[in-house]
Amino acid sequence: MNHIPLIIKREYLAKVRKKSFIIMTILSPFILAAIPLLIGYLTSLDEDTIKSIYVLDESEFLSDSFQSNDQTIYTKLTDIDLDTAKAISNQEQADGLLYVPKSSLESIAEHIKFYSKESPSLSLISSLESKIENRLSELKLQNKGIDLSLIEDSKTYVSINQESFDGVESSKTGTFMKLLFGVFSGLLIFMFIMIYGGMVMRSVIEEKTSRVIEVIISSVKPVQLMMGKIIGTSLVAVTQVVIWAVLGFIFFIILTSIFGIDLADAQSSQQSLVTEAMSNPSIGDEIKIIFNEFTNLPIVNLLVAFLLYFIGGYLLYTSLFAAIGAAVDNETDSQQFMLPIMIPLFLAIYVGGPTVTADPNGTVCTVLSYIPFTSPVVMLMRIPFGVPIWQQLLSLVILIVTFIFTVWIGAKIYRIGILMYGKKPTYKDLYKWLKY
Amino acid sequence: MSIEVKNITKFYDEQTALNAVNFTINKGEIVGFLGPNGAGKTTLIRIINQITMPDTGSVFLDGESLRPHHIQYIGYLPEERGLYKSMKVGEQALYLAQLKGMSYSEAKKRLHYWFDKFEIGHWWDKKIDELSKGMAQKVQFIVTVLHQPKLLIFDEPFSGFDPINANLIKDEILQLRDEGSTIIFSTHRMESVEELCDDIALIHESKKILEGKLDDIKRDYKTNTFEVGLMTKRSADLKQTINTKFKVSNANFKSLNNDLKLNISLGANQTPNDLLAFLTAQAQVLHFKELIPNASDIFIQTIKNN
Repeated sequence: MNHIPLIIKREYLAKVRKKSFIIMTILSPFILAAIPLLIGYLTSLDEDTIKSIYVLDESEFLSDSFQSNDQTIYTKLTDIDLDTAKAISNQEQADGLLYVPKSSLESIAEHIKFYSKESPSLSLISSLESKIENRLSELKLQNKGIDLSLIEDSKTYVSINQESFDGVESSKTGTFMKLLFGVFSGLLIFMFIMIYGGMVMRSVIEEKTSRVIEVIISSVKPVQLMMGKIIGTSLVAVTQVVIWAVLGFIFFIILTSIFGIDLADAQSSQQSLVTEAMSNPSIGDEIKIIFNEFTNLPIVNLLVAFLLYFIGGYLLYTSLFAAIGAAVDNETDSQQFMLPIMIPLFLAIYVGGPTVTADPNGTVCTVLSYIPFTSPVVMLMRIPFGVPIWQQLLSLVILIVTFIFTVWIGAKIYRIGILMYGKKPTYKDLYKWLKY
Repeated sequence: MSIEVKNITKFYDEQTALNAVNFTINKGEIVGFLGPNGAGKTTLIRIINQITMPDTGSVFLDGESLRPHHIQYIGYLPEERGLYKSMKVGEQALYLAQLKGMSYSEAKKRLHYWFDKFEIGHWWDKKIDELSKGMAQKVQFIVTVLHQPKLLIFDEPFSGFDPINANLIKDEILQLRDEGSTIIFSTHRMESVEELCDDIALIHESKKILEGKLDDIKRDYKTNTFEVGLMTKRSADLKQTINTKFKVSNANFKSLNNDLKLNISLGANQTPNDLLAFLTAQAQVLHFKELIPNASDIFIQTIKNN
């Protein structure tokens, strides 16, 4: 008898009906949206506080360099000595005093000092330094009789146009977009494995602690129960994504109606943006490039690969998560077995990410995109840059072979583990269970 | 459904859980599985349920070697039992019944029959969390017997029940036997073995060391000892006199005016009537009862002898 559909249905309904699922599904997009807003708001709070800097310039080289602006007010002190200046700055609760002693242009750089009550922020010091450096360099150039306007005129900006041997144009923006898509899909797979793998594990533990397990497996084979659980939980993930997509769409409609922008308007405004861009060639080029790059992305490849690697990676990891859940009695005990599973996943993100950024075809990330425990994440990061089909197929074959293997191992451990209570198992125990 | 267990052996690692176990259970019998903790009872039950595979040997149900489809004929109430806590009673019972191969509508019909019988219809939409342990056990019992299994395996079925509900369950078990189900009953509570079992099988240190009809076993284990109460003025003398012909020891039982209470064992060629005739000649006999070993005595004695 095949009970998998029945088990899938139960697992699915049990999770989808949970209050926590409903709340998290509805709340998390808002939380995700709220976090950047909150960060932005908190950062802007800091920027709002205006800094007050007193400047005592005995050399008079730097007199014009410090112009007050929105964030900083510079107050120039003249005709007083350093001690008085310090006293005044302290009394007026200034954020600091910049002291430039009288000296020659050649040696002055070493004698400039900043006095303050509390240590100044790194950004404040850097901004002061760059102002002083610019001014002193200018003065030195002028002393050597060089016309500053010549230097200004000689400045050149380079943006290399890229094109593959097959004639596909590209640019830095394109590289950036590829990276964005790659990292995004890699992270998405990582997140789904973590969240839903954990969910499968907890659901196995729940069956153990509620002792319903022995009743169930007197009716179904443990492997069927495990697969039903894994598939049922994956359908929960799909449901969540669909709800988010629908919510996003509704949100979009509400937003546009509130702000009175209808789609036609948006299109025409985009049109005007483009025409405006045409008159300003550099911005127009950028927009054209972004559109161009988007169509240049291997979208179909990316989608198909996402689906396949998602299924493969998900099965690979959740079968191990299920085995862990079966081996332990409670979630606390699961930690020691979680670690070896987490390491390759984190490796995929923290090593895969930077190496793909540095060189999408480099040795390290190529190897990582073959290893089945990292390939779902790393290969997806690489695909936007164009990965030969044979490489993808090879990596997928390795992944499939491995997940068949881990499902087999997972099922073996699961079969024995679900009936073991009490003692916290060791790795040696798990190895023994494989042979029962 | 008859069961034949042939030469079952099961190893866990270096440890032997079952060692060449054989026995037969006939249709419509209640067999008590007895044995100390860790003797191998649960392993044997799991093998019959196809949860665990034996290393050697086989199990036959009605002469047919055990196969996956047999699970629908077996109802199993494990000792370690429970239900999904956050699932509703009715929904859960339906799910478990369907796993046993029943159709949805059939399961629903039969569930309503049992819920009405136990007068728990109003629990249908409650979560298991909201029920007491005894209430949950009732639901669990219904789920075990719902698919009208021909073989029922109960592991400590009465734990968690108050005496009233334990009686209710006991009557149900007897009725199921009368309807033709074969029942395996594993427990440490010897008084329920006495009440329910026709046969027993005693497992100790992975071996079956005793099997048979409970009455036959009792006959084998009895020592022809009688509990006697006599009314007499000369207790000490009388005891002496009896001791010349029979083996005598002091007994302790409750009664109103017995002056002398004795356990008297018969010798090889002595009959109960010989004893009775001897006693009536000496004193008024107020109490005369054969001492028959109960399941608990048999259990303890057999384990000690092994």
